[in-house]
Amino acid sequence: MKKDIYIRRRPKSLTSVPTHYCAGCGHGIVHRLIAEVVDELGIREKTIGIAPVGCAVLAYFYFNFDVTEAAHGRCAAVATGIKRVLPDRIVFSYQGDGDLAAIGLAETLHAANRGENITVVFVNNTVYGMTGGQMAPTTLTGQKTATSPCGRDPVTMGPPLRMCELLNTLDRPYHIERVALDSPAGVRKAKAALLKAFRVQLENKGYSFVEILASCPTHQRVNPAQALKFVGEQMAAEFPPAVFREEGRVAHA
Amino acid sequence: MRERILMMGNEAIAEAAIRAGCDAYYGYPITPQNEIGNYMARHMPERGRVFVQAESELAAINMVFGTAVAGKRAMTSSSSPGVSLKQEGISYLAGAELPAVIVNVQRGGPGLGNIAPSQSDYFQAVKGGGHGDYHQIVLAPDSVQEMYDLTMLAFELADRYRNPVMILADGRLGQMMEPVVFHEPRSSPPPKPWALTGAKGRKPNMIRSLLLGEGELERHNLRLQKKYARICRAEQRWEERNTADCDILMVAYGTCARIAKGCIASAATVGIMAGLFRPITLWPFPSEPLRRVASSAKCVLVIEMSAGQMLEDVRLALGGSTPTHFIGRMGGGVPDEDAVLQKLRSLVRSLRKRKSL
Ligand SMILES: Cc1ncc(C[n+]2csc(CCOP(=O)(O)OP(=O)(O)O)c2C)c(N)n1
Ligand code: SF4
Repeated sequence: MKKDIYIRRRPKSLTSVPTHYCAGCGHGIVHRLIAEVVDELGIREKTIGIAPVGCAVLAYFYFNFDVTEAAHGRCAAVATGIKRVLPDRIVFSYQGDGDLAAIGLAETLHAANRGENITVVFVNNTVYGMTGGQMAPTTLTGQKTATSPCGRDPVTMGPPLRMCELLNTLDRPYHIERVALDSPAGVRKAKAALLKAFRVQLENKGYSFVEILASCPTHQRVNPAQALKFVGEQMAAEFPPAVFREEGRVAHA
Repeated sequence: MRERILMMGNEAIAEAAIRAGCDAYYGYPITPQNEIGNYMARHMPERGRVFVQAESELAAINMVFGTAVAGKRAMTSSSSPGVSLKQEGISYLAGAELPAVIVNVQRGGPGLGNIAPSQSDYFQAVKGGGHGDYHQIVLAPDSVQEMYDLTMLAFELADRYRNPVMILADGRLGQMMEPVVFHEPRSSPPPKPWALTGAKGRKPNMIRSLLLGEGELERHNLRLQKKYARICRAEQRWEERNTADCDILMVAYGTCARIAKGCIASAATVGIMAGLFRPITLWPFPSEPLRRVASSAKCVLVIEMSAGQMLEDVRLALGGSTPTHFIGRMGGGVPDEDAVLQKLRSLVRSLRKRKSL
């Protein structure tokens, strides 16, 4: 079976640099899935990645293709600036929830609304990992973080922001999908979603967005096994995994 | 003879950028520089180049960042409040050593201020503006022709030094019309092996400004400082008018330099020998040439549309060697020739008094 070849072999698109991620972190898995997809589509030599400011800030050490840094939240603007002048390259951004849904919300929304032919990989772990577990736009109601020590109170802090649903109100996005990295099945679904999203770009169909619900045991305040449960149960209840937009049409509201 | 075209300053910048091979323009509307974006919206797409009206100045400067990462020429333009928003991006461009051209057609501040011409963003432009130890090259035109010439130069310098370059103009220069002679760029863009174009047949490239290794960021900064020193040695530009035997040396750039030029002749008719030293590069500031020129003058008069910002660099350059005076307007006020002449007269009077004592 083709899928299993990676059990023994590192994808070419991944370097052999050990990552700095905590045990049980979702980022490493997402990196690997992206690398597998880039390999399988044969686009490693024309892919340009954009690393966020967040725990994945060092992604350029882990991917074995061209990667640039972007200022916190500005990935979608940087992606626009690259893709517009190199339309035949594959451009994707890799962003956390603080980066994409707080400080970079305007850039995220407008790039999607322009229908930029880019792929956005959104790793939602409900917290600001890098700065020490503060509240993110996607922190669950009642969830305790460094800056919501008594739990997120939707009355003063607002309820969690649902990005797929928000982007699904726009006309131009071509593919919007949410997956949960809570189990081997979830991982396979995530890979399929990424494959779909990159293929959409490769075929010049337009904007693709994949939200990946991911574990951050360190700041979700649980052990790695419990973190997967947190992703599959509490997170998935607030952020239901689904294909929201398919072939440019609303598939799920 | 080469054809002369009557043009607005803002449009001259846009036309120069197009002829300089600007691949992409990103901007967000703000007065008094809207003609740049409007011109680019009309003329970039018809040449198969990129025009995007960004959702903010933050987005615009980061789109410029992306295009620079891709090894292409990019420009953004704005006016003071919008340029404040670009500072983060400029710091990143400097840190990652990416070429880019940024235009600031200054207006009155602070805050929303007004839309009248001003020079009150001098500090922001030449002293850093964003965070970190960095410099951008700052070019200050004083005519519509120079809006054209210096924009073309800006693209060259940006590529040569892999550094952001700012055109620091003001609302009057942006809005005025003068004849312009177009010329073509002197060279084509250099090869950019560092750019991200896809790792085809080579090792992956990365662009970053985050350097976490022990001592790594300091070494990077030392290298940047060496580059800045090289720029300081090679790129100082200035203009002198009537400096050989003047009593009073005026120092002014941009719109104020135009006013000073007008004053030289009218001062001469009343027996005042005035000259002008006009910095064209505000960073690097032509300190040595200024010191040399000022050494034969009896005093220096700095003229600015600010509370006295370039004045600090003039004083630093002169180190107290020549008495330095100042006349400035703020909040969109423009010094008029009469006020400058009056100041020249009073300076001459006090010079004579001192001599007779
Ligand atoms: C302009 C700016 N503001 C704040 C920061 C500090 N900062 C770094 S990462 C981060 C949040 C990262 O959280 P997220 O995007 O959710 O990614 P994660 O670390 O969870 O993967 C913040 C606020 C910064 N680097 N730049
Ligand atoms: S803090 Fe969280 S997101 Fe960051 S590396 Fe650790 S587990 Fe991953």
